[in-house]
Amino acid sequence: MRDVAIVGTAQRPSQVETNLTSVELILPVIDEVITKVGIDRSEIGFWCHGSCDYMSGQPFSFVAAVDAIGAWPPIVESHVEADGALALYEAWVKIQTGECDIAVVFSNGKTTSGPIDRILTLQADPYTVAPLWPGFDAMSALQAQACLDSGVVTERAMAEVASRSLADAKTNAIAYAKGDHSVDELLARPYTVAPLRAHDCGLPVDGANAVVLAAGDAARRLAKRPAWIRGIDHRIDTQRLGARDLTESNSARVAAQHAGVGRDKVDVAELHAPYTHQELLLRSAVGLDANKTRINPSGGALVANPAMAAGLARFAEAAEAIFAGGADRAVAHCTSGPCLQQNLVCVMEGE
Amino acid sequence: MSAQSIGALSGDSFVAPLEVAYPYKRTVGTTLSRFFNSMIEGRLEGTRGSDGKVYCPPAEFDPITGAALTEWVTVGDEGTVSTWAWQSEPQPDQPLDRPFAWALITLDGADVPMLHAVDAGSIDRIGTGTRVKVRWAADRTGGITDIACFDLLEGARA
Repeated sequence: MRDVAIVGTAQRPSQVETNLTSVELILPVIDEVITKVGIDRSEIGFWCHGSCDYMSGQPFSFVAAVDAIGAWPPIVESHVEADGALALYEAWVKIQTGECDIAVVFSNGKTTSGPIDRILTLQADPYTVAPLWPGFDAMSALQAQACLDSGVVTERAMAEVASRSLADAKTNAIAYAKGDHSVDELLARPYTVAPLRAHDCGLPVDGANAVVLAAGDAARRLAKRPAWIRGIDHRIDTQRLGARDLTESNSARVAAQHAGVGRDKVDVAELHAPYTHQELLLRSAVGLDANKTRINPSGGALVANPAMAAGLARFAEAAEAIFAGGADRAVAHCTSGPCLQQNLVCVMEGE
Repeated sequence: MSAQSIGALSGDSFVAPLEVAYPYKRTVGTTLSRFFNSMIEGRLEGTRGSDGKVYCPPAEFDPITGAALTEWVTVGDEGTVSTWAWQSEPQPDQPLDRPFAWALITLDGADVPMLHAVDAGSIDRIGTGTRVKVRWAADRTGGITDIACFDLLEGARA
């Protein structure tokens, strides 16, 4: 295996209801990350993009996004109809094949230009679930209620996750929701889709981000302290909600085992948990002790949830923690699909 | 694809509404074809998984082993709520236009619950363990919406 690291990141501050095109959304983070890392475009052997056509309301919308990176002289690029974290996985594989040493991964989500809760329902089974239009929040609420019934979470523990995330977001320029809210104050708020309250659900925002991946010597040249990817694994549970134990995340547990999370301490974990109870499930599945690991110091997806970019944002945040020296070993995680159906877990280390 | 109304200037940008719909026919395959056809007749059928569990709606392939499932089981039209959520503000195209519960419901004779709506009336009338019964749609065309929703069984929960 080749040693591959994240060597630079850029994230766009979250906005809502922007009138920007996807190219306008992406271009600044591409320019920023290339400038920060100090590479020439000719050095970039692979570009990989994560986004979702359903949000653009246009098939092959990602082709237009190529304008944000420039296709002349010819480039090698790919796109995943998924979170940018999956694009990072593809780029990591590409570098492993030896076809390139440096890759740029980017993602964008113009989440607030359509009814995102309804749009994401299209990720559910197209014959037996989607025709009922349950919405993502309602499917997550079914999971939350199952967790409450079984006792693996409490409404207070869920509110604690929201309270901590909103407070942490105050120091994160990317975050949209932020502030000091006590657990009791949050618990006094009304349900939206019971047992969820508004603050239990990730805030849809428009966002974009980009990271640079580099192998071996190139990584050492480009970053003072690269965030070396020591393990990365992606697992999927059945799409059939009823056939899963909704009170745990089996695929996250298996992915974390294969990524090697438990081999050493974890200083920081950036978990892509769009719902408060899901952070609690993920902590347990990934094997994290909140007393020993700083969970989502960025505020996580609760305070800014750009669909298809919120997972890559976790990778960017975890890498930045290693760049800054605040963490020697970090976990980044991305989920997609209803009720944590898919989970990608990555372990990064500084030297 | 059609623009629903003309656009307008928003700041420096011209913003045009766009509503996308892709109406087309899907072929659901042999397993769901049998399931949906039996629903037209007011009957619910599931398949038995390799571990003996009965799936309704039927699983075409075993979710764990991937084996093709071919043993059919007729299940009941009453069932038990295994988890639920309360939709206080119904959204377009959802099964009911007044506040209702979403639930995972294990039909009698099945082991794996299905998602549907329960016309419970108010949030305090539903909970895990609540007994419910299928309310068939008046016009059935072969689809999950042939079940209009589920009703509370008499005395299920006061």
